[in-house]
Amino acid sequence: MSMTQTAGAPAAAPTPATREPLMRAVGLDKWYKGVHALKNVDLDVGYSEVIGLVGDNGAGKSTLIKILSGSHAPDRGEIWFQGRKVKLTSTRVAMELGIETIYQHTAMVPQMSIARNIFIGREPVKFRIGRFGLLDTAKMDHEAMEALEGVDLHLRSPHTPVDELSGGERQGVAIARAMYFKTKLLILDEPTNHLSVKETDKVLRFVQSLKEQGITSIFITHNLHHVYPIADRLVVMARGEKIADLRREETSVEALTDMII
Amino acid sequence: MSVSSTNKSIGRPAPSGFKATVKALLSRPELSALLMAIVIVIAFQIWTGGNFITADNMKVVLPLLPELGIVALGVVILMIAGEFDLSVGSVFALIPMFGHILMTRWGLDPVLGLIISLAAGILVGWVNGMITLKFGIPSFIATLGMFYLARSLAVVLVGGFPPPMPEMQFQLDLFVYNFGSFRASLIWYAGIAIILGFVLHKSNFGNWIFATGGQRIAAQDMGINVKRVKMLCFMLCSFLAGFAGTLQTYRLKSPLPNIGTGLELEAIAAAVIGGALLTGGVGSILGAIIGAFLIRAIDNGLAMSRVNGEWFRAFLGVLLVLAVIINIDIRRRASNMKITSK
Repeated sequence: MSMTQTAGAPAAAPTPATREPLMRAVGLDKWYKGVHALKNVDLDVGYSEVIGLVGDNGAGKSTLIKILSGSHAPDRGEIWFQGRKVKLTSTRVAMELGIETIYQHTAMVPQMSIARNIFIGREPVKFRIGRFGLLDTAKMDHEAMEALEGVDLHLRSPHTPVDELSGGERQGVAIARAMYFKTKLLILDEPTNHLSVKETDKVLRFVQSLKEQGITSIFITHNLHHVYPIADRLVVMARGEKIADLRREETSVEALTDMII
Repeated sequence: MSVSSTNKSIGRPAPSGFKATVKALLSRPELSALLMAIVIVIAFQIWTGGNFITADNMKVVLPLLPELGIVALGVVILMIAGEFDLSVGSVFALIPMFGHILMTRWGLDPVLGLIISLAAGILVGWVNGMITLKFGIPSFIATLGMFYLARSLAVVLVGGFPPPMPEMQFQLDLFVYNFGSFRASLIWYAGIAIILGFVLHKSNFGNWIFATGGQRIAAQDMGINVKRVKMLCFMLCSFLAGFAGTLQTYRLKSPLPNIGTGLELEAIAAAVIGGALLTGGVGSILGAIIGAFLIRAIDNGLAMSRVNGEWFRAFLGVLLVLAVIINIDIRRRASNMKITSK
């Protein structure tokens, strides 16, 4: 309930119509082995927005975010990021632009510590030979804890293995990681799936703190009750098509449910 | 205690120091191996009437240790990356045999022959990696194929009786000079272990290895080229197996096509006793060293106790399973330990 109240506060000033959106996807098409998984989808993503991407299983949500995150290439269509046309050939390319995706179950390496997880692939090093270098573990530990404080997550030690954290805390670490690396667009794939009410609340708070810091997020879920209270916009997908793109004020959980079914 | 200092520096209360240290210690993968090593050394010392830890006996144990130990280093790193290598025992025989043939039948300079043969070891690892990664075949199968192929090649290459070793005092001194209670190979082992320890536990590449084996998709999503990481580990593993085989050949001063039989399983046992998981993502260099030492110690300790040598494998089997059970138990206890920071 607390989330509904927070979200009930006046929304941030809408982005001026003249401004280029953060990301613009135009006419995205994707086929998987003869299945038309994504049909001519357009999507504008503004600055400091929370977008709820909803739809039933197989609606095309995952396909869309796989394209936006750089892990799959679209068969047709264009993607513009901050006014520039981009080709997201890999997740690395997307990450360098500032687009990061968090998959609930595969975002972290469970056996590794929080600090090591935060810096996978982007480790600070004391010196390097080519691409290989000696880890700056003091910096990793220190900045990992600072990053966690940034999302108001208070964990005891940067050395704690991730598999000792709760589901919500893991999401928090992943979100802290994205914020630490100055992500502009964070895509969260079912971040509240299989979480308790309390943990879900935590994750929703993390997402709100993203918005407060000017980071846009796309929140994929099939649970409207989770995303509706915190979303600025709701994008509904069905059978590979975008069937609605509404501001929260223009719709309700009931109306959205009717669309999805 | 770096935990508390890190926390203090950003104005947070430190977790209770002693408990945190205990927990950190219990979480180490090699702990159960270390405990077993201590127990077994003491047991053998008593059982043999004080003849186990003696300078004379160390002369028997220490020259043998690096040969298994170096192979186990490569195997543990590959296991952490999430792959297997069953071919190390065969490569252990093939590479020195290949080097020997290069020198004796093809008349190559001994140093050049050594370099080329070790490079061939890297090539074997590359082939293992290609088969595994390119065709998506489990490394268990891919390297089982190499296990047969390399052993067969080692036997075919020698073609009957191996020609005697040429004069190569420089290499013998460099790699297996006898210092009395140990050989130069032990220094090589220590050096390689220190370097690989740094690579695995202190370098960014080590972080990629753990991430690749621990959660491949997470590593991939973070931009790590997991196939390249695995390939480098395959190549390292085969290289080290070939190098270790070369050490044994120099020690015996004779190339034999049947050396290293069963070594692949001993090396995996050493890694697992040392806390490595078959599923990848967990393991340590120190663990592999302790594991290899334990295996050599049991081998020798049983002989010193005048026990029938056939009991070695029984002992090893029990130890292996026991180590894993203790390890799981210790880790569960460590992860259940609650440390409050408030």
